[in-house]
Amino acid sequence: MNVMDTRATSAMLYLDGVHVSFDGFHAINNLSLTLAPGEMRAIIGPNGAGKTTMMDIITGKTKPDEGTVLFDGVTDLTRLDETRIAELGIGRKFQKPTVFESQTVEDNLLLALNVDHSVKGTLFWRGSKAESERIEKVLETIRLTDARGRLAGSLSHGQKQWLEIGMLLAQDPKLLLVDEPVAGMTDVETHLTAELLKEINKNHTVMVVEHDMTFVRELGVKVTCLHEGSVLAEGTIDQVSSNERVIEVYLGR
Amino acid sequence: MLANLPARLCALALSLFLIAFALPAFAGPFEDAVAKFANDDFSDTDEAIGVVASSGNKLAFPIISALQDGRLMADPDSKKVYVVGADGKSIDAATGEPVASVPDSASAVRLNNRLRRSVDAALGSLTLQSPDLAVRLQAAQSVFKSHEETALEAVDGALAKETNKSVKVALGEARAAILLFKSDATEVEKLEAVATLKARGDQEALALLTGMGDQPASVTKAAASAIGSIQSSLAVWSTVQNAWYGLSLGSVLLLAAIGLAITFGVMGVINMAHGEMVMLGAYTTFVVQEVIRTRYPALFDYSLLIAVPLAFLVSGAIGVLIERSIIRFLYGRPLETLLATWGLSLVLQQAVRTMFGPTNREVGNPSWMSGAFELGQITITYNRLWILCFTLAVFAILLAMLRYTALGLEMRAVTQNRRMAASMGIATSRVDALTFGLGSGIAGIAGVALSQIDNVSPNLGQSYIIDSFMVVVFGGVGNLWGTLVGAFTLGIANKFLEPVAGAVLGKIAILVLIILFIQKRPRGLFALKGRAVEA
Amino acid sequence: MTPHMLTRSLDRGATMFLAIVAACGILIPLSNLLLPAGSFFQVPTYLVALWGKYVCYAILALSIDLIWGYCGILSLGHGAFFALGGYAMGMYLMRQIGTRGVYGNPILPDFMVFLNWQKLPWYWYGFDMFWFAALMVLFVPGLLAFCFGWLAFRSRVTGVYLSIITQAMTYALLLGFFRNDFGFGGNNGLTDFKDILGFNVQAEGTRATLFALSCLALIVGFLICRAIVTSKLGKVLIAIRDAESRTRFLGYRVESYKLFVFTVSACMAGVAGALYVPQVGIINPSEFAPGNSIEAVIWVAVGGRGTLAGAALGAVVVNYAKTFFTSGVLAPYWLFMLGALFILVTLLLPKGIVGTFNAWWEPFKAKNGVANEAAEDGVSEPKMAE
Repeated sequence: MNVMDTRATSAMLYLDGVHVSFDGFHAINNLSLTLAPGEMRAIIGPNGAGKTTMMDIITGKTKPDEGTVLFDGVTDLTRLDETRIAELGIGRKFQKPTVFESQTVEDNLLLALNVDHSVKGTLFWRGSKAESERIEKVLETIRLTDARGRLAGSLSHGQKQWLEIGMLLAQDPKLLLVDEPVAGMTDVETHLTAELLKEINKNHTVMVVEHDMTFVRELGVKVTCLHEGSVLAEGTIDQVSSNERVIEVYLGR
Repeated sequence: MLANLPARLCALALSLFLIAFALPAFAGPFEDAVAKFANDDFSDTDEAIGVVASSGNKLAFPIISALQDGRLMADPDSKKVYVVGADGKSIDAATGEPVASVPDSASAVRLNNRLRRSVDAALGSLTLQSPDLAVRLQAAQSVFKSHEETALEAVDGALAKETNKSVKVALGEARAAILLFKSDATEVEKLEAVATLKARGDQEALALLTGMGDQPASVTKAAASAIGSIQSSLAVWSTVQNAWYGLSLGSVLLLAAIGLAITFGVMGVINMAHGEMVMLGAYTTFVVQEVIRTRYPALFDYSLLIAVPLAFLVSGAIGVLIERSIIRFLYGRPLETLLATWGLSLVLQQAVRTMFGPTNREVGNPSWMSGAFELGQITITYNRLWILCFTLAVFAILLAMLRYTALGLEMRAVTQNRRMAASMGIATSRVDALTFGLGSGIAGIAGVALSQIDNVSPNLGQSYIIDSFMVVVFGGVGNLWGTLVGAFTLGIANKFLEPVAGAVLGKIAILVLIILFIQKRPRGLFALKGRAVEA
Repeated sequence: MTPHMLTRSLDRGATMFLAIVAACGILIPLSNLLLPAGSFFQVPTYLVALWGKYVCYAILALSIDLIWGYCGILSLGHGAFFALGGYAMGMYLMRQIGTRGVYGNPILPDFMVFLNWQKLPWYWYGFDMFWFAALMVLFVPGLLAFCFGWLAFRSRVTGVYLSIITQAMTYALLLGFFRNDFGFGGNNGLTDFKDILGFNVQAEGTRATLFALSCLALIVGFLICRAIVTSKLGKVLIAIRDAESRTRFLGYRVESYKLFVFTVSACMAGVAGALYVPQVGIINPSEFAPGNSIEAVIWVAVGGRGTLAGAALGAVVVNYAKTFFTSGVLAPYWLFMLGALFILVTLLLPKGIVGTFNAWWEPFKAKNGVANEAAEDGVSEPKMAE
């Protein structure tokens, strides 16, 4: 892939001219976006703006009809499948909390650890001290140490959201895609989540999709507003929320 | 029409028998000839056939046709010959007098292949001038097949009097066949005969032309070109024939699969008891016909028209019942639904087996569904044709229903996004019940149609279920057009593979191809796309 | 299997199960052989053969539970692997008949002589040797499962679609094996076996040994399954069952995992079939019937999927019921009962016997301070994901 733009090679994530349509409906329309290494970016946008589809494209769930998606400046993500992309170091938290409900909190984290994921490796796996320590640390970070033996399905909604973030931490990816992390959370939980994400951002590049403006404001990072599958506005939260077109889109015309 | 021939001949035999019964018998060469049948000597029998056939006696036809069917009994001791009617009643062949029973010493007059041709020829000439058009046509065709020189005179005679166009053509072909094999026919006559056969252009004409033996050079040459042209036209016709069989099979598959496509598409439910809904429809037809047979025989031709709505109601009601009592508790657990409905199919089969017995039940074809007609070189049976039309009609009605009715709109909404539909105020559970009822009802209708071409037994449904699944999986879920294309593609592919690979291997090949196809397009030909699919 | 896997896989329930199977595998043959016929404790030979059949079914159930209970793959075609293993063993047994067949042909089995075949088809070569046949018992079902799974899992054919095409697979094999020119005896299949490794298949001693071997196979199969499901791989399988795409986003190659268990499971089913054939004395195409495979699934559902021991228990219970009912005056009602079983188990007892027992026993056990072992199973809440 011959990319002329020098900024693109240094970007952690680079999307250019991406199109995808389902049965004639243009879910993503000429979407271009870059994410610098170590950056945290908030993505906002009304329903159907293409936020989740964009994440599907980055993680290999959906193949774009055209356009470039580069990771780390060199890897073409459109050619890889989900597993390979995850192995490269892109982690994803889903909109609806998706944890392995019939397994314990600890096992959920164990599964997420970025160790040998081959059939043979898991079949002959024996726990190591380093692994337990990492799990321990993540449990502390997501405040679930006491719940380690509980089945993930028995956790509260907020705890599940955290567990999923914890799984991302255990996975230790270069880039985290976080889809609506505070949906259904109480104010206190929302605040704690913002703190948690800021903490994570110290070592990782993060992309957060969120509706909750208070939360986005609290993150205090650059905001991109999507609409009808392309970027409508980009800038600080104040710039974006005072943008007339953004107001129009959110409030209707 | 072919299938009706024995019946028609029997009717004819019976009428002739009645006439013969009314006339006084007269002694003479006819009686002597008849007695020769008892000699159990092939040349005597041959002679007797010739005399009887040309005697003009009203008994000639029953005797010869009985001889053909092995119903002509001869007693070597008394030299008496008897005709055993198809109804089991016997008459004396020489006098036409009814007899109480044929003596035990009598045995059927034996035939060899040469005599069989004589019999065919004799029957042919006897019936060439029958008042019944179908009999005349059949007779002309049987002369064509036997092409006995002795029949030439009769054919010429009949040809002179014949007024019906198709019979005339058949007689002309019969004449051509005879002339082609007649050693003393002129070259011109033979060339004409070749031309006539070429015009006929079917497998039988081809067989005659290839097997005509030594002929003058010009005739051989003409025949060779005729053979070439017939062969290429036959190749085209056999493709057409396969396509027709394929369409016919496809229509049956579509009929069986369409209800499945609805329940699977709208509800994501695999109904393993779907085949049993088809079976219930077929048994409904059986019950309707039984009632009509015993109470209102005049209505028999309308039996299917009565059965269609009834089968829809019976299977549909049972479908709603199943949905309300079992399936609704299993939503979101498709694999368990599959198991539960499989159990249900066992119960339904066994219930029908207990009520109606394990054997096949007789379901009759109304007169408008029996018989066939010829289209060029292929035979199209009316029942297959009606089923094709019926299937397309059901499909069209269903499509219109989905597009223009409120239930259809709700069903489409639920198919595309169940959660969204529910939040829009659509009573999804009501839609589910009605959808399941509709799918099952259509299966019931399919049963009415299938009862016309398949055995009505408790296992009827099972033989269709895997094929129906293949159609749905191949066509893709959530789109009826996919089911239509899937059914006809599989039907036609099956029928084109069959001559190459044989029926069983063809079927295996289709299954393997579908398995491979699913690798390429895991959600079928016409799959829904987008985020809702994975949800 | 490494020692740590063995110790990890043996909790109280598993040990109890193994002890029961081992006791049956030793005591029943001994009682049959050593005690005088007619004695109260003597197990008659016909019962040994019948129970041997149940044990084979239990192995088949175990193999289905491994993929269905732990990985969410509902195969409606596992009977095909069972039958293929059976045919491989049947071919060995046919070759052992030699000149004792009706036609006395030293090489060709009777049905081939009957069909006027002049020489043995290539795929019958080597089946006169037991080791080769034994290898094929594992290899043929394994290879079919591998190829089929490779195609299906790579294209992400899941849920009911997978179930339907596995059913089509066994149906296609059914049609094929019915054909005479396939070279497996057509309609009649393979039968009239004489001896196995030089021992008469009808003899009491052979039957008792086959029973003991079936129990041993069940034990080994159970241990393998336990080792798999208690390893980290087992956790990945459950993760796939509950949230396949989530597992993928964690960087697991889901299709490889599925392919692995599917192939292991098919090999186990093949072994079950191979042990089944000498005990019932016949293998024919009806073993491929889709109905058989679905029936095997219901054994697992009855016993409790995701419990392994439950699957084996379910196989024995349902088949005992089948023998009991189909041999009496209730025979015409058996299908009603079987059908009702399918419906009632899915509606009212979705966890099966063992799963329901566990759910009831767990809080009780916890209250009494018994070590919480079931949590290690990680399957307290079997749930099906499409």
